[in-house]
Amino acid sequence: MWRWLHPYAKPEVVYHLLGRWLPWVAGAAALILGGGLVWGILFAPADYQQGDSYRIIFIHVPAAMFSMSVYVGLAITALIGRVWQLKMADWALAAIAPVGAVFTFIALFTGAVWGKPMWGTWWEWDARLTSQLILLFLYIGVLALYHAFSDNRTGAKAAGILALVGVINIPIIRYSVEWWNTLHQGATLTVFERPPMANSMLFPLLTCILGFAFLAAALIFHRMRNEILRQELHRPWVKAELGETSKQTEAV
Amino acid sequence: MKPASNWQALRTVMQRDLMVVMRRRSDVLNPLLFVLMVVSLFPLAVGPGPDILGRMAAGVIWVAALLSALLGSERLFREDFLDGTLEQLTLQPQPLALLSFAKIMVHWLLSGLPLVILAPLCALLLKLPLEGWLALIATLAVGTPILSAVTAIGAALTVSLGRGGALLSLLLLPLFIPLLIFATGAVEAALVGTDAWPQVLLLAGLSLLTLLLAPFAVAASIRVSVH
Repeated sequence: MWRWLHPYAKPEVVYHLLGRWLPWVAGAAALILGGGLVWGILFAPADYQQGDSYRIIFIHVPAAMFSMSVYVGLAITALIGRVWQLKMADWALAAIAPVGAVFTFIALFTGAVWGKPMWGTWWEWDARLTSQLILLFLYIGVLALYHAFSDNRTGAKAAGILALVGVINIPIIRYSVEWWNTLHQGATLTVFERPPMANSMLFPLLTCILGFAFLAAALIFHRMRNEILRQELHRPWVKAELGETSKQTEAV
Repeated sequence: MKPASNWQALRTVMQRDLMVVMRRRSDVLNPLLFVLMVVSLFPLAVGPGPDILGRMAAGVIWVAALLSALLGSERLFREDFLDGTLEQLTLQPQPLALLSFAKIMVHWLLSGLPLVILAPLCALLLKLPLEGWLALIATLAVGTPILSAVTAIGAALTVSLGRGGALLSLLLLPLFIPLLIFATGAVEAALVGTDAWPQVLLLAGLSLLTLLLAPFAVAASIRVSVH
């Protein structure tokens, strides 16, 4: 297996590999997410209770789903970086974290916008809202720690440890918050208990979820390429690469 | 020369740290005075009525404890980092996690334990009804080790930065949320007359788990910071 993985430890190879994949992944994201959103917003039937305002679900639910999975991916990357001391894993950390943070923010923001007409409040100290907010704090902590060090390598290692500590904490936080909520108030509001959805709404939602997966991958690939360039700026291959592309743009 | 046994190393580090801190007692006293002041600010801010104060008491005391843990976190590793002691510790034949555990324990002895002792005074100031006192002291006793252990992780991560303060609170406060929830939940349960023990025992379990795992995270963080 190592023989097979060996070439991918080289930043140049990964850079070009991601470059080859990026158009496909980004294209798939644009196509599937675009299609899913158009389908959901224009063609799916309106909800009998919520009317048209439920349509924000097509952004809210996928963003919320991937905010958590991106964090798990972040922690796995951090673990890889710690165990095998791969510098690429350190860089990937910097590529992944902001994407997850933005997804978390989107989930919170769309949730608030949706909550106002439906529940009559922007914010409720509901278990799921609260744990999502804490997830955002964890992301911000990882990012802040990463950027606090002037040496990126140390910053990535420190942020990796914090991400791992955070991922151990996530289940504890989740259960404690749920328990706390049920103690204080009965079920006055529950966030979107998955109802038996009609297929005409479910399929666009699933399409959007798939589209968000590709979107996350495309963003991470792109950020990873930039990160590789930034870290390897002094290497000859980067200079050749950048020189080449700038000549190309001049020619165009 | 035979290297010291793990047990000897643990004891030596603890003794040394205790001695260092005892030579500069204000480091221990200041966070405690901070807690007292925060606690006495609240009656001035929200009014001295016993009903509102009593309901808030456990939360206020716990939040003050969290903040004071952050305030006192500097002294965990900063001096040792600056004078090279931390680097020497990483070179010891004994596992660094064990030595980190010693440092965590000393930190708890000098910041957590005094808080437990101070708790009745704070409860008195905030007019916590008598039913909640035992629960408050119990949660502080089993919860403050978590504070020390998790604070040690953050302090070790940021020790080489020189400006821990605000960053440290950003990193650590989200991790303290379960602690806060269980601790105040226990006191609240005691106040309404139900059993507070489930929460206290849960906290004790969390505390043991944290004390088991945190030294390894601290050791890894020290190695990152020293290099």
